[in-house]
Amino acid sequence: MAELNLVEAINRALDWELAHDPSVVVLGEDVGINGGVFRATVGLQDRFGPERVIDTPLAETAIVGTAIGMAAQGLKPVAEIQFSGFIYPAMDHIWNHAGRLRNRTRGRLSCPLVVRSPCGAGIHAPEHHSESPEALFAHLPGVRVVIPSSPSRAYGLLLAAIRDPDPVIFLEPTRLYRLFKQEVTDDGEALPLDVCFTLRAGTDVTLVSWGAMLNETQAAAEALAQEGVMAEVIDVATLKPLDMTTILESVSRTGRCVIVHEATRTGGFGAEIAANLAEHGLYSLLAPVQRVTAWDVVVPLSRLEHQYMPSVERIVAAVRKTLEGA
Amino acid sequence: MAIAARFEVEFTRFLDAEGGATQELPAFALDPANLIPLYRAMQLTRAFDTKAIALQRTGKIGTFASALGQEAIGVGVAGAMRKEDVLVPSYRDHAAQFMRGVTMAESLLYWGGDERGSDFAVPREDFPICVPIGTQVCHAAGVAYAFRLRGEARVAACFLGDGATSKGDFYEAMNFAAVWRAPLLIVINNNQWAISVPREHQTVTPTLAQKAIAAGIEGVQVDGNDVIAVHDAARKAVEKARAGGGPTLIEAISYRLGDHTTADDATRYRDADTVQQQWANEPIRRLRNYLARIGAWDPGKEERLLKECADQVNAAVEAYLAIPPPTTVAMFDHLYATLPAALQDQREAAQWFASHDGGGSHG
Repeated sequence: MAELNLVEAINRALDWELAHDPSVVVLGEDVGINGGVFRATVGLQDRFGPERVIDTPLAETAIVGTAIGMAAQGLKPVAEIQFSGFIYPAMDHIWNHAGRLRNRTRGRLSCPLVVRSPCGAGIHAPEHHSESPEALFAHLPGVRVVIPSSPSRAYGLLLAAIRDPDPVIFLEPTRLYRLFKQEVTDDGEALPLDVCFTLRAGTDVTLVSWGAMLNETQAAAEALAQEGVMAEVIDVATLKPLDMTTILESVSRTGRCVIVHEATRTGGFGAEIAANLAEHGLYSLLAPVQRVTAWDVVVPLSRLEHQYMPSVERIVAAVRKTLEGA
Repeated sequence: MAIAARFEVEFTRFLDAEGGATQELPAFALDPANLIPLYRAMQLTRAFDTKAIALQRTGKIGTFASALGQEAIGVGVAGAMRKEDVLVPSYRDHAAQFMRGVTMAESLLYWGGDERGSDFAVPREDFPICVPIGTQVCHAAGVAYAFRLRGEARVAACFLGDGATSKGDFYEAMNFAAVWRAPLLIVINNNQWAISVPREHQTVTPTLAQKAIAAGIEGVQVDGNDVIAVHDAARKAVEKARAGGGPTLIEAISYRLGDHTTADDATRYRDADTVQQQWANEPIRRLRNYLARIGAWDPGKEERLLKECADQVNAAVEAYLAIPPPTTVAMFDHLYATLPAALQDQREAAQWFASHDGGGSHG
């Protein structure tokens, strides 16, 4: 057991899998000698060599495009896109190829690829370094979208993502990279994909979130508990495919649901969860579902980024709204 | 002023348009036994193209992209590959695919709208044809990297058109492969047209082969209607790649004698006379003339070959038409290795509606 922050947990998971599976390769910009701009890959090139921990030329399209070729050949590439604001040139390959190769060859070829990319605001980063594009990827058939919210889940989910036989978009909230440490056992144990994690049990309202926003969501649950409102907190973790079973089961007990995400509102992934609640959980609901999201604006530069992101106060206010008339 | 670097692009042709040797032929071409299979493969491709267009016109397959006039490129390149190599084709490369062992029935099945057409029985590791322009060059570079990483003496080969050389994917992949010294062969089928946009509107460079110079790899230009020139360049590039010499770019100059696809009408944007003139350069007549000149071909052989090709194509059509349609739930079968629980409901709903409305309505 070691106390690790999230980026160290990512590093340990990559190290474990490189050591135990010779088909794993890591590629991306600055992932080698520099160990990644966030140090997620630090030490890996020294240990596993430049052939398996590859400093690529600077081109996102080809990082993902060549990784697809490697994956089709049975390698397990873990491609890093340095910031998710720069992932869009690779979208063509993710959408048209990674998510489709298995289907279009009837399983003859497959794409066991992981695309890791930092995401989210809150670290005073430059322009184009603060995006939350998860909904774009969750819309794509044939891929998985995974977002960890703690060091231990980052470790276990990244191992699961690398071992998964299909492409996984693994978005790492930069705000969590060094926010806190946690005991992580570096034993190669993966966590399950495709399921939510219930982080806190409650009876009055279900708070659903993922990634860095779980920080505020859990703080809101704590504040509400002081007032006697017991919130259940669910970490979606795998957005695609979505485990609605856990969410519906929780809402069937609490009757209220607030969805919290850092991405913009319209077409955000919260809408998908709310739609599923309307379709399958309407009769459990005692109040309309609330969404707490970023405003539908361009991610502002650092001076305003905290007004852009949902706050504990906004989450608490949304919960109060669901409790009105109760 | 000093010169920092100087470059040249070689052009190679062995047979002129009439099938006359323009220079001493490479060793393999001295034995007609090596050329006749290439001739046969080109004729088979053309017979297939003719039939496939007819099948599209009669509603038996969907949109189809013909390789008319460009048969020498796929045949010449694929003929230089080994079984264990990997082909990463675009959508006009069935000449190469057939050489690799993809069946004509599989190809028809694909163009007929069925994913099973890309589940090749033989070249199991070859990619399915790639539709998004130029993206396949990246995949081929990744395949080649895997070969190099594992120390395998294998080569990846991919095709793209002249239009695709304007895409970033092409440059990025060529550059990656160069940096990695990956065993890759990138072949440009310069057929002069990207749907309606002529070659001179894609780039002002006098050759497409010179794009290789920017990546620091060898780029050569060949007469793409001379199968001997294509095959010779491909053999050299494949041998070099296999020996660890890295990637090569081959620009094969040809002409798209047909429409872009069956959904296109090229008379809207190009002159019929120009196309007619280009028929004088087409690759099949050229090789036939050469073989006849050296006494290795005659009208009797030609007649037998055409009959053989027609029979083979007809048999493929029959095999294709006999394949039952896929089941509705097939669209769920290979989406993921295991269908996630979240998709089970949709699969069941699709199946239910298919069994209740025959799958034919769109309610």
